[in-house]
Amino acid sequence: MTVGLPFNIPFLAVAALISISFIIILTQRNLIKLVMGIVIMQAGVNLFLVSLGYRTGGIVPIFTHAPEGAMVLPVPQALTLTSIVIGVACTALMLSLIVLTYRHTGDTDAEKSRILKG
Amino acid sequence: MASLSTWSPIVLVVAFLILVAVAYFFRSRGEARYKEGTAQTQVFLAGEEAPEPEKRHIRAQNMYWGFFQALKQYYQTTMNAHTGIINDYIIWFTSVVAIAAVIVFIAGMV
Amino acid sequence: MDSLVTHSSILAIAIPLLAAFLTPLASKVGDRARNTVVIGALALAEFLVIILARDIYLNGLHVYTLGAAATDLTIPEHYMVPVRIILEVDAMSVFMGLITTTISLAGAIYSISFLKQETGGDRFYTLLLLLAVGMLGLEFTGDMFNFFVFLEILSISGAALAAFRTRFGDATEGGFKYIVISAVGALVVLFAVGILYAQYNVLSMAALAQAIQYTALDKIALALLVVALAMKLASVPLHMWAPDTYSVAPAGTTPMIYVASQACLYGMFRVLFSLYGVSLDTLAIGWIVIVLGVLSMFVGVTMAVHQSDIKRLMAYHAISQSGYMLLGIGVGLAVLADPQALASYGREAISGGIFHIINNALYKGLLFLTAEALFFSLGTRDLNKMGGMFRNMRYTAIFFIVGALAISGVPPFNGFTSKLMIYESVYNFSPVLAVIAMLVSIVTLASFTKAFQSAFTGPALPQHDNIREVPKPMLIGMGILAIAIVFFSLFPSLVVNTIVTPATDALIDQAGYIGAVMGGA
Repeated sequence: MTVGLPFNIPFLAVAALISISFIIILTQRNLIKLVMGIVIMQAGVNLFLVSLGYRTGGIVPIFTHAPEGAMVLPVPQALTLTSIVIGVACTALMLSLIVLTYRHTGDTDAEKSRILKG
Repeated sequence: MASLSTWSPIVLVVAFLILVAVAYFFRSRGEARYKEGTAQTQVFLAGEEAPEPEKRHIRAQNMYWGFFQALKQYYQTTMNAHTGIINDYIIWFTSVVAIAAVIVFIAGMV
Repeated sequence: MDSLVTHSSILAIAIPLLAAFLTPLASKVGDRARNTVVIGALALAEFLVIILARDIYLNGLHVYTLGAAATDLTIPEHYMVPVRIILEVDAMSVFMGLITTTISLAGAIYSISFLKQETGGDRFYTLLLLLAVGMLGLEFTGDMFNFFVFLEILSISGAALAAFRTRFGDATEGGFKYIVISAVGALVVLFAVGILYAQYNVLSMAALAQAIQYTALDKIALALLVVALAMKLASVPLHMWAPDTYSVAPAGTTPMIYVASQACLYGMFRVLFSLYGVSLDTLAIGWIVIVLGVLSMFVGVTMAVHQSDIKRLMAYHAISQSGYMLLGIGVGLAVLADPQALASYGREAISGGIFHIINNALYKGLLFLTAEALFFSLGTRDLNKMGGMFRNMRYTAIFFIVGALAISGVPPFNGFTSKLMIYESVYNFSPVLAVIAMLVSIVTLASFTKAFQSAFTGPALPQHDNIREVPKPMLIGMGILAIAIVFFSLFPSLVVNTIVTPATDALIDQAGYIGAVMGGA
């Protein structure tokens, strides 16, 4: 795997984003902040998918009038587009369910708005 | 799968039907005449007054009382673990991923 | 007919997908048109899966390449790896496909009368068809990224269905928990797929299986995949979302959301047996799966006997029965590298686990439908408020008895057969596990006795005088599953030899799975 960027900065960014998002999901009780944590994790995984396709000195993967040399991998870019769309659908569903929960229980706290336990 | 032949379901179903036929035969030899509305058709509780149906029916939360008393400590621990808070569910997930990764790496080195 | 068999795998996914988007149009015409479109699409999908199954049992693995000149042209000319989307259906995939289409059909028929008192029936059926599409796609795909996409499809439609009755507060909470758990789990699966792609630059499962070398990054990907899929299939200690979600899902969809968890179980076995195969450390990973299974069985059933809410009780039993499957197949995985143990008891353990999947889908589906029938008639799920229902709801009570005896492993029902296979083979591996499994079976029977006594037997309570039996479509839905249980109980050897043993052989045979796509390399 030849990634020529100094100090593997994209992968460090991915690690930072996913760690921050896990800390948010584990500790924040407010449901909207929980969804924000999941959105940050989606962003981190998408960044991971795009940055693993990079090749040193590669150009955009378009064949028409392409100069000689290596191209970056196009498949991870397609995977990332699909993942972004799925992320939007998930986020929309989660936020609408939070609005309905607030209408029923009057609270967006994970501990105070729960009805089902045990 | 040789064990399936000794436990063949057809044999068990036939045996069950034979037993049902025997039980029906015994039941048909019973007393067929009785008077409605007298003490013959009411609930008999060793001579005491039978309470109303709502009080007579044993509810679900009162069943197996002895079993739950014997395992009281276990049930208190597990009921406290099932909090219902979504953040706790992800804490369990993260811990199990960490333990599984450690086991996989140690097994690879041994 | 031949071309129908060739294209049946993609048609079985495409026809319900098309019907899902035609349903809102059909419901403008009327309710009958909508019901016809939905039931017709699911019945057609079931027919296609049955003819595909017959073809696979006669001719072996079935590979379908999307967009190629011929459907089995997996690797194009001058290429070394497959580059198109490939559906790879072997006996194990089509086994799960049969379960999915049967339960979807029974659930859709059951929901017809439920929807008479709800609005938004067209959206309900769209989501139900999308859930069926997600499950079928997950079971037929041969490609890791498609696996992630179909996993997300079934999670989103499952969560929207679980939260369908938005007038109840606990329904929205159950749906929210399901979508959060699914989103986190699916993102971890995507991360693991990214790690595998970064090392080997292929996404197809067969090509990955050929190229995998079990480096440190592969170990991380394995741990992430197994635990994320274990969370999606609700094994203890990652199970806590399942009772919340299964208890609030509306009529007919609870069995489908449960079979979606079983599809994730299938996904886990596909990753363990066909993707990694013998290159992984089978004893250690096998013991991880066995420990997950034993914990699920024990904690699931002890929590179940404590519950007073009937659908939560059923949900905890669903968790406990998943433990049996994990135990059986974990034992098979642990002895995969040892050919003598594999032949003597490993194969039977895997067969028992796989047979238990279909038995469990049938009787657990039936029990969920009877619990929902009680809720439909009485308006409450609380067992403390029920009593003496045997007089009013005779058919529901009989279906409940059939399901309860089957799940407790009482002979001659089908639960007994698959549990006997698991007990015998696990006893050879480690006797303690078989003893724990038998004790769990006893406590299962105890808790169903409690549920039956609370709900059905007892004196006639005056407030339940005018409760009547549930409408005909619900009885037909339950009847389909009950007839299937009786059939599986009377002819277990026939079922095992026809459906289960080819699935076991297909799961163990990693070389055949690779060879079908890579061309005998």
